[in-house]
Amino acid sequence: MAEKVPVALFVNGENRQVLVDPRQNLLQTLRADLGLTGAKCGCGHGVCGACTVLIDGEAVLACLALTVAQAGREIGTVEGLADDEASAALVQAFVDCGALQCGFCTPGMIVAARALLQRNPRPTVEEIRHGLGGNVCRCTGYVKIVDAVRTASGAVQP
Amino acid sequence: MSARRESTGGAPLGDAVGKPVPRLEAREKVAGRALYTDDLTRPGMLHAAQLGSPYPHARILSSDTAAAKALPGVRAVLTGRDFPRNYTGMFLMDQLPLAVDKVRYAGEPVAAVAADDLATAREALRLIDIEYEELEAVFDPVEALRPDAPAIHEDRGSYECHYELPPEPNAVCYSEFKEGDPQQAWARCDVVVENEYRLPAQYHMYLEPVSTLAEVDSNGKVTLWSSMQGVARVQMLTARALGLPMSKVRVIAPRVGGAFGGKCELTNQPVTAALAMAAGRPVKMTLSREDDMTMMKSRHAGTFRARTGAKKDGTLIARSVEFILDGGAYADESSAVSAVCAFFSRGPYVIPNMHVRSWSVYTNRLRAGAMRGFGNPQATFVSEAQLNELAAALDMDPLELRLKNALDEGDAWLGGRSVGVPSLKQCLQSVGKASDWRNRRKRRASAPGKRRGVGIAGFGHTSALLSAGAAVHLNEDGTVTVNTGAVDIGQGSDTALAQIAAGTLGLELDQVNYANPDTDSSPYNYQTAASRTTFMVGNAVARASAQVRDKLLEHAAAILESEVERLELRPGGSVGIRGISDEEIPFAAAAGHSLYVTGGPITGSSNWLYEPAEGIDPERTRTRGFVDVVAGSGVFCFGAQVVEVEVDEVTGKVEVLEVWSAHDVGRAINPDMVEGQLQGSVVQGLGYVLTEELVWDGGDLINPTMMDYKVPGMADVPHGIHAILLENPEPGAPFGARGVGEMALMGTAPAVTGAIAHATGARINRLPATPERVLRAMLERA
Repeated sequence: MAEKVPVALFVNGENRQVLVDPRQNLLQTLRADLGLTGAKCGCGHGVCGACTVLIDGEAVLACLALTVAQAGREIGTVEGLADDEASAALVQAFVDCGALQCGFCTPGMIVAARALLQRNPRPTVEEIRHGLGGNVCRCTGYVKIVDAVRTASGAVQP
Repeated sequence: MSARRESTGGAPLGDAVGKPVPRLEAREKVAGRALYTDDLTRPGMLHAAQLGSPYPHARILSSDTAAAKALPGVRAVLTGRDFPRNYTGMFLMDQLPLAVDKVRYAGEPVAAVAADDLATAREALRLIDIEYEELEAVFDPVEALRPDAPAIHEDRGSYECHYELPPEPNAVCYSEFKEGDPQQAWARCDVVVENEYRLPAQYHMYLEPVSTLAEVDSNGKVTLWSSMQGVARVQMLTARALGLPMSKVRVIAPRVGGAFGGKCELTNQPVTAALAMAAGRPVKMTLSREDDMTMMKSRHAGTFRARTGAKKDGTLIARSVEFILDGGAYADESSAVSAVCAFFSRGPYVIPNMHVRSWSVYTNRLRAGAMRGFGNPQATFVSEAQLNELAAALDMDPLELRLKNALDEGDAWLGGRSVGVPSLKQCLQSVGKASDWRNRRKRRASAPGKRRGVGIAGFGHTSALLSAGAAVHLNEDGTVTVNTGAVDIGQGSDTALAQIAAGTLGLELDQVNYANPDTDSSPYNYQTAASRTTFMVGNAVARASAQVRDKLLEHAAAILESEVERLELRPGGSVGIRGISDEEIPFAAAAGHSLYVTGGPITGSSNWLYEPAEGIDPERTRTRGFVDVVAGSGVFCFGAQVVEVEVDEVTGKVEVLEVWSAHDVGRAINPDMVEGQLQGSVVQGLGYVLTEELVWDGGDLINPTMMDYKVPGMADVPHGIHAILLENPEPGAPFGARGVGEMALMGTAPAVTGAIAHATGARINRLPATPERVLRAMLERA
């Protein structure tokens, strides 16, 4: 077991000190050390998107990001989205459109969608399909997720 | 269509039933606050992992766990010998929590460790030394069925088994149906098609890997939080495996991140519980995706032969089929799957002469078990593929061929049972109209280098089996709590069941509390499987709610000094005198009356068993083997699907452009959630037909990752997946609702291969229809 190292993280607007194995990934740190269990582990190697978080505003797969490399960066998880208006619209649209079933992919999907809307506030259906192509949902068939993102973007009325 | 018939619950009161409300737990899920098993921790909790066998078939000679036990941080190490020899299974009891004398597939759990952290547990697994003697393995179910194949379970005859085992040494189960005189009938056919189909092992890929958290109290009572499909079933099987009375096992359902049949029966519950007992501390075992894929289960792969004959005008005359399903190393639910596969092999059509033979067979591969559709997707693929080939041979429109032979009023299913509301024709017509089938079939406009085509499928399925209970109680403030023990695996049953209670009592949905399933307090429910929850548990909820209503009315009559016959429930939770709008009391008044004046708490309780009908008419059908349970269970439901595809002429890649899926759902308790079920099923069907396949090299699964096993992503499937809900109510169903969880998956694969054939002329008889296979089929044709 490697010696643990201290890391100063900035998560959802708060400074958080953690002591982690240098090989630990950010997903483990968020879930086990910080009690932020919104991001999920579906595959463990960056394919399913269930662990998507924001790092400096970009969607990043937390299972592939080393915790020690995140010092000083701004980390945002699904738990921290509540405060901004665009995120609130997205969350509301997911509820209204029925864009979730088991919900395991939902936190990652919403975070990825938040980053997509940041880059492209009015995405077309095609842009959403490709923009969220890295987030797997096994339940919904995706139709209502696309509808939710379009609704949140204001492209269609709820 | 058939006239409206009476349903349980009568007409719903208020607007809760049929309303597309968001699911009850939507808020917690979008906020990331929903708690799944791996999100839970307990004080002093340890982390566990299990070791898989490196060999597909080997004798275990010895195991040495001393080094693992000596590793600092390790708190418990178990092998198969640490468990009582209490076999579990569904109909054939052949499995132990960890392998004991033999391993029968590569990846089969042989040892488990609980340690302070997961890394230590995994390190300890590497220190376990197990000596094996490799045995000859068999991987192909057709080869495994031969009498001289190496026996995978030499002691098969000693297992507890609830049907007669077939004679072949590796056979798990056999089912046979014979109707009419197929031997004679071939001569009367103008056209006969015959083919062999090979269907893959699809993996569930529930996004949440298997996970269990176990804790033991000072009285030795084990509490399990687990990702599963039924608290009662897991309680019974875990108790049996560990030799504990069920009174010492409590099972609680956290949120479940998808299951699709893969979390039916046991997963890692007995091993996790035993580790917690051995360590004296809570233990959580969450499988890595790779462990989940190599250790858990899949849909049944297999080899399916079929022959179908028809008259020149398209009238179906005869069919014979021979299905050999790969059950993998343990029986699990194979017996029922191969029987269901046989039962659906005729499809929802009239074919007077039938001969059906279906086996499930042990092989040295991952066990196969329940997966959405439970044998029916395989049967429907074969049946519909045969119809596509017949339509081509007859130069007949595939929709016309299906309409001509579709089951109608008075027709029976294979075996002779009445099909109830025979709405297949309506589904076919409706999907044909919505997709503009005739014109789309002719049009075929394609981009350069692409070829476009459309395909269609009709299908039937059943819902309803075994037992369910519900307890509904009126709270002091006039709201109600519904407790059923039914686990919502993501499909939305918590919400649908709450809507049924609300619709029976005229309450708003937020006046209904759905209790979390917990074997310490919930009534028995078999499990969330076989599209049964809305029908079975919904019925129990409607009946228990009706009891609450009746008691409420009695109390209200006393308070209002009126007679029950003059009273009515009014939406929002009050009781009034018919015709007098201001003479009413809230439910809370009746509740108070019951608690403080007379009678005692108002509760309703309904417990029922769906008693199988006579599934086989002996005058009509001769059977052998295991058929009765499947043939008699369930109410029939019908659907039809049209798919449009575009095939790349250069690469063979198939792009699905649009899907229309029409279903007679009886009544949509929540239309948005029904639509979501249908769309999700279609996309799992698209995965089944186009990309998904567990691939083995000998005994080794070579793609046990999400990277190498491809489920459809958002960019791989069309946005246009149109769910069409038809509502001919089912008699005896809660407000007429049928189960819809599995149905839409059945038709997708054959509709897609039908569309590929329409586009290119190439027939795909081996799934998935990868670009390589499609291109090869196109080249062979050219």
